Amino acid sequence: MKKTVFLGALTLSGLAAVAASAGTLDDVKARGILNCGVTTGVPGFAAPNASGEWEGFDVDVCRAVAAGVLGDPTAVEFVPTTGKTRFTALASGEIDMLARNTTWTFSRDVDLKFEFIGVNYYDGQGFMVPKELGVSSALELDGATVCIQTGTTTELNLADYFRSNNISYEPVPIETGAEAVQQYNAGACDVYTTDASALAAQRANFPDPSAHVVLPEIVSKEPLGPLVRHGDNEWGDIVRWTLNALISAEELGVTSVNAAGLAADGSNNPEINRLLGTESNLGEQLGLDADWAKRAIEAVGNYGESFARNIGESTPIGLARGLNASYLDGGLIYSPPFR
Amino acid sequence: MSSTPDTPQGGFRLSMLLNDTRYRSYTFQFIALVAIIAAMAFIGGNLVRNLAAAGLNISYDFLGQQSGYDINQRPIEYTSQSTHGRAALVGLLNTLIVAFLACVTATIIGVVAGVLRLSPNWLVRKIMSFYVEIFRNVPVLIWILIIFSILINATPAPRAFKGADPQASMWLWDSVAVTNRGVFMPSPVWNEGSMMVIGVFLASIVGIFMFRRYAKAQLFNHGRLISTFWPSFGLFFVPAILAQIVLGNPIGLEYPELKGFNFKGGFTIRGSLIALWLALAVYTGAFIAENVRAGILAISKGQTEAAAALGLRPKRIMSLVVLPQALRVIIPPLISQYLNITKNSSLAIAVGYMDLTGTLGGITLLQTGRAIEAVLLLMLFYLVISLSISFLMNIYNNSMTLKER
Repeated sequence: MKKTVFLGALTLSGLAAVAASAGTLDDVKARGILNCGVTTGVPGFAAPNASGEWEGFDVDVCRAVAAGVLGDPTAVEFVPTTGKTRFTALASGEIDMLARNTTWTFSRDVDLKFEFIGVNYYDGQGFMVPKELGVSSALELDGATVCIQTGTTTELNLADYFRSNNISYEPVPIETGAEAVQQYNAGACDVYTTDASALAAQRANFPDPSAHVVLPEIVSKEPLGPLVRHGDNEWGDIVRWTLNALISAEELGVTSVNAAGLAADGSNNPEINRLLGTESNLGEQLGLDADWAKRAIEAVGNYGESFARNIGESTPIGLARGLNASYLDGGLIYSPPFR
Repeated sequence: MSSTPDTPQGGFRLSMLLNDTRYRSYTFQFIALVAIIAAMAFIGGNLVRNLAAAGLNISYDFLGQQSGYDINQRPIEYTSQSTHGRAALVGLLNTLIVAFLACVTATIIGVVAGVLRLSPNWLVRKIMSFYVEIFRNVPVLIWILIIFSILINATPAPRAFKGADPQASMWLWDSVAVTNRGVFMPSPVWNEGSMMVIGVFLASIVGIFMFRRYAKAQLFNHGRLISTFWPSFGLFFVPAILAQIVLGNPIGLEYPELKGFNFKGGFTIRGSLIALWLALAVYTGAFIAENVRAGILAISKGQTEAAAALGLRPKRIMSLVVLPQALRVIIPPLISQYLNITKNSSLAIAVGYMDLTGTLGGITLLQTGRAIEAVLLLMLFYLVISLSISFLMNIYNNSMTLKER
């Protein structure tokens, strides 16, 4: 009996593994739709809006790729994934790419056989506490009960941070952000910790956002970026250079508004021309047509536009550019040249 | 006994494999076996090939690596520097703890509710069928979430106990604090001489057993009925309490105290454990109540009437005549309810209780990415737990079956 159960498990995992195959670009073109893994809902990054359409900063990456490859930014099937299911979904071929606040780490890149194609948000793990606790630093949190979302790098950073500062805490593992917020608001935990961007995003939905503070300590590096499977470098290149196109567009001043005009009239800047496909054959080298980057920029805007529209200071999320400013403004967002 | 003396020896023909009833069943069983093995081999080979194609391998090395995460409820020593294997062990113990607590509580709830469902009192009967139908027909995950939300929203946070005029206060002479993070209660402190008190306590338990045996002997040999409840009750408490007073309170109590963010000291039962335990107990209790009711109804009414004719009181009829016979019907389905509790305890992560699924099948799986290995191991653990429960309960069942002379 034990044996049959064992083999039954193998069946399931075997079925899951069958789907993976090479030639993701051909698969996507043949299907006419891009399967993109996103979160189950983090406002500003990926969440369905009132009419059920997915919106957000990570969603924009999916839409840009779909616009570049298929010519239609709406030809995307969004697959909500949890911290637990995201890697299995990508490895099994259920999704073509994952754009889901995923931290680029060594073991995910090397051991889990994924390819991070870049960083679209430089984040770090922060702590949120109610103002009435009167806590001003994470070092004052000795003995506190901390709500953590499981299945993320967060719990490892947390264990490391508290151990290195020799303070004790009581971890409360939670499956999704929504449940964590529920427990935090009921006072079942003193502190809620996750990436600072997600803290800001979730605080925006609180009944009284001003009653909560994010502590100044950022205890980890969390470079978040989209990723694809190992072993299909052509597809990886497409996703990587789509993100780079959005970043370059901001550096070069190309926006969703002026992209069509710049492409039609030509520009004095050869890099803009190469980006928009009026010079050289960069699109062809990717296995796409010449207009791919122009379509991507028109669909979602350049990096700065997407940031401002989804999570910028004028939105309820209210994140400052900070580290995520273009390198021209002293940030870390930087694209290799288009040539 | 030879059934076919006429069949010539050595007269076996191949066609007999299909035509002869003596061999036919073996033929089909053999064919089915080969087909199953072939299917399994195909699936297994497929898995191995696909894993190899993806550059992955099956390896259990991660069990020896440092886990790097903390667990709140630790029955054994564990830190974030311990291995993934030890984290799995902590999870296993947590699973066993909640399964044991829930099995005991569900049995008590189930027996009481099952007996009361047959009560002659209309109101009691209806209340109990209301309980059974409500709990049996809503998924257990929903119950876990409901009980947990009630718990965290209806009970005060530790910070409500703070200040000169706190909103909440502790119970039982400031010894028990009920908060939305759990129940904090005093824990015993073993000072010098506590062994004496424990010794006296154990001796009085032996005394209770001897007294009961004596009472039984009196009943059987001389027909005298001696009341056993109050003497047993007295024996249970009085000697141990006397010893505690005489020896100058060797067993002390450590009271929980509010320090900083939380209560410190004493013994803690976390809210996640309480919610999971209660939910599993009341949910499965409803099923057990139905089993108990079925068992009691299976005993013919003649038994009850005969016992009544002998002059037994209704309580004694139930405990001496009906329930012992009903147990034979009740125990087999009870085994599967215990198995259900154990398996349903894997929903623990919904309330943040770190059971086996939360540690090995949750954080370890995610941090190492070894999904197939972790899930296989998880299945093995649950299989072993379930088979052990079945084994023990079957022994009990065999001891309860009708012994015919």
